[in-house]
Amino acid sequence: MPEAHTVTSYDDDLRFLTRRLSEMGGIAERMVADAVAALVNADTGSAQRVISEDLLLDNGEREIYDKAVLVIAKRQPMASDLREIIGSIRIASDLERVGDLGKNIAKRVIAVHTMAQPRKLVRGLEHLAELALTQLKEVLDAFATRSPDLANSIRERDEEIDAIYTSLFRELLTYMMEDPRNITACTHLLFCAKNIERIGDHATNIAETVYYVATGEQLAAERPKDDDTATMVAPAPGSD
Amino acid sequence: MSEAATEKAVDAAIEESAIKMRGTDVSVFYGEKQALFDVNLDVRKNSVTALIGPSGCGKSTFLRCLNRMNDTIDICRVNGEVTLDGENIYAPMIDVVELRARVGMVFQKPNPFPKSIYENIVYGPRIHGQVSTRAEMDEVVERSLIKAGLFNEVKDRLQEPGTGLSGGQQQRLCIARAIAVSPEVILMDEPCSALDPIATAKVEELIDELRVNYTIVIVTHSMQQAARVSQRTAMFHLGYLVEEGDTDKMFTNPDNKLTQDYITGRFG
Ligand SMILES: Nc1ncnc2c1ncn2[C@@H]1O[C@H](COP(=O)(O)OP(=O)(O)O)[C@@H](O)[C@H]1O
Ligand SMILES: [Mg+2]
Repeated sequence: MPEAHTVTSYDDDLRFLTRRLSEMGGIAERMVADAVAALVNADTGSAQRVISEDLLLDNGEREIYDKAVLVIAKRQPMASDLREIIGSIRIASDLERVGDLGKNIAKRVIAVHTMAQPRKLVRGLEHLAELALTQLKEVLDAFATRSPDLANSIRERDEEIDAIYTSLFRELLTYMMEDPRNITACTHLLFCAKNIERIGDHATNIAETVYYVATGEQLAAERPKDDDTATMVAPAPGSD
Repeated sequence: MSEAATEKAVDAAIEESAIKMRGTDVSVFYGEKQALFDVNLDVRKNSVTALIGPSGCGKSTFLRCLNRMNDTIDICRVNGEVTLDGENIYAPMIDVVELRARVGMVFQKPNPFPKSIYENIVYGPRIHGQVSTRAEMDEVVERSLIKAGLFNEVKDRLQEPGTGLSGGQQQRLCIARAIAVSPEVILMDEPCSALDPIATAKVEELIDELRVNYTIVIVTHSMQQAARVSQRTAMFHLGYLVEEGDTDKMFTNPDNKLTQDYITGRFG
């Protein structure tokens, strides 16, 4: 953190934003971890709890918006302060979206808990979630320390998540082809996988914001995108 | 010369021709006390350059170097070089009166003469021999007041005293008075510090319009004002120029820590 403002209440305002964001980050992390655990264990009680927690993030985002607008109006922030405040608004949106995605996974737990889950695929999903959660955790660390280097490396690692998601997608399609009775459960898992992949994207967004807040510069626009599931079709029966 | 070298030379020439005034190693002393230390700063043509920095850092001192107003202070001594269109304004053959017609000045407190609005404006052009007939004088009054955005407000009372106008109108009258002699550069030392927000907004709007035809250097203690009206910003501290650059960059991502601390309100 840079040194203190002459007007000390200005620092209180900025500290409020940072503190509230790390609280939101903690909640978002926990929601995602609990939702995935609930999916693995078919634990509807835990899923229900995740769904109810989403409200905390909605409120957090709203509080940060209100505070940020008020600080801009009162103090006409400049330079690093301005970037910090604009960054807070963006990070709050990303965390709120992460919460939504966690909630969506939890809802599917309730929908599919009675169905037979293909164990191997659930494990694949678990692995994907671990990666996304690591990204989320590290990006929150990068924010806490305003570290542009860490932020940059997080963004680069998103490719890995995309690759694993793509292979999981392929496996799920194959599974559905093999036995149409798998379709309902697999579709839910497919959406869960997509949600987790999106959580990785939000971690990447946050990484880009942290980089900007810390340096005043934007990372280069496009990182290589490896989600080709948009054009993927089911393998023809008997191929492979 | 190779093509690349030619291009470089052309770019450099264009860059050079965009510079209206240049201070080179400008140092200023008030008696024994040094107020400016080797300041190197370019003022670009048809743009607004803002000078910012904490009180006493030398903004006004530097501004006064640009039209030799420091000459009027007995104990003040200026070293280094200041050029206007490449010509050293401290050279012996320079006519200071003519220089101040080319480089006009607007002060912090509106200071109209205790005369009519009309007289306030024709005074300068008359002593510089730019107008003599009644028609010429009418023309310069109207043109200057229009440019200063004041004509419609005062056209029916040109013979009334300038001191009877509101503070904001008085300041725009002073700007009209500065414009009347057709200067090339206008120096403004905290021109809005005695004005309310509406009058300030009008002066800022005016500065933006004047930039098309004039080169402007403004000292301001309002960071927001510098950010709003200028294209270039120079940050002074304890008599040194610490950073100079594009205004947009200076207020979003300055290079220098002192600038960063000053504009974000973290000073000493
Ligand atoms: N006429 C003067 N006589 C003696 N010292 C002066 C005079 N004008 C300015 N100074 C000194 O020079 C320094 C710079 O002053 P100035 O240029 O007015 O700063 P700024 O405009 O940034 O507030 C200050 O230390 C001030 O006290
Ligand atoms: Mg001053």
